[in-house]
Amino acid sequence: MLDDLDRRILRQLQADPSLTAADLAGRAGVTALRATRRLARLEERGILRGRRARIDWTALGYAVAVSLRFTLEKTQSNAFDAFISAAREIPEVVEIQTFLGRVDVRLYVIARDMAHYQQLYRERILALPHIAELEALMTVATLKNDESLPL
Amino acid sequence: MTDLDATDRALLREMTRDAGRSAAAVGDTVGLSQPATWRRLRRLRDAGVLAGQRVDLDAEALGFGVTVFLGVKLATKGRVSLEDFERAVTAIPEVQLVEHVLGMYDYRLRVVARDLSDFERVLRRRIMTLPGVGDVEANVLLSDERRPGPI
Repeated sequence: MLDDLDRRILRQLQADPSLTAADLAGRAGVTALRATRRLARLEERGILRGRRARIDWTALGYAVAVSLRFTLEKTQSNAFDAFISAAREIPEVVEIQTFLGRVDVRLYVIARDMAHYQQLYRERILALPHIAELEALMTVATLKNDESLPL
Repeated sequence: MTDLDATDRALLREMTRDAGRSAAAVGDTVGLSQPATWRRLRRLRDAGVLAGQRVDLDAEALGFGVTVFLGVKLATKGRVSLEDFERAVTAIPEVQLVEHVLGMYDYRLRVVARDLSDFERVLRRRIMTLPGVGDVEANVLLSDERRPGPI
């Protein structure tokens, strides 16, 4: 389904998402027209879904980031749905992930400082429905985050 | 820390949705001229708030059907072992995210693989052989939702 040229273009784009079609063409060793067509085709097929800006929350004064890992009370059939829709109401929740494993749901929560985090934790997080167990991993440093696929 | 007004917030939301557009196209959505948009985007980039872009690819369509989050505990601790572990783990292409955390694990990793048997290969050959690695907990990702955050 993907040929070598598609892979080369996507690899270059992953390495530097700000590259234009002309830059990509140069690096992939084809004409700009060919690169543009390939990009359009990858978009049409839904493989290339877009380019999204990353926001550095620390630059906006959010110094604290915590992964909260939840086990839910699964005797309630709607536990997941109720929990997730309530979590979406908290603006400081920036990621919601569900898992197969010991952890059911993970929320990535940002806060301005520890006092703000404590307030969020007590007033918003602990008020979420159907929590059975909860544990926290506080982010000290992010050493790698490129979300690139090894194409 | 940067102060944002309502227009900055609207621009940030637009850029996290689609950063591949021209300043004129982004400005249109928030009722701002091209030069004014360009100035604001440059200010947000200079302040480090807009911290680059990521390419959103359909991992499954590209043959990467499995994403697993690993909690890793180091068996031996000390400055040298941390550095050895970090250097080795960030070099693994299938490892997309490496976070140093505080809590019941020392590191959080996001690992992408073609399928479960490919994941097993990565786990056995690459992760379990890392210097100093101790307990490892795996949770298979079922859904991943990114929220706009407090903007």
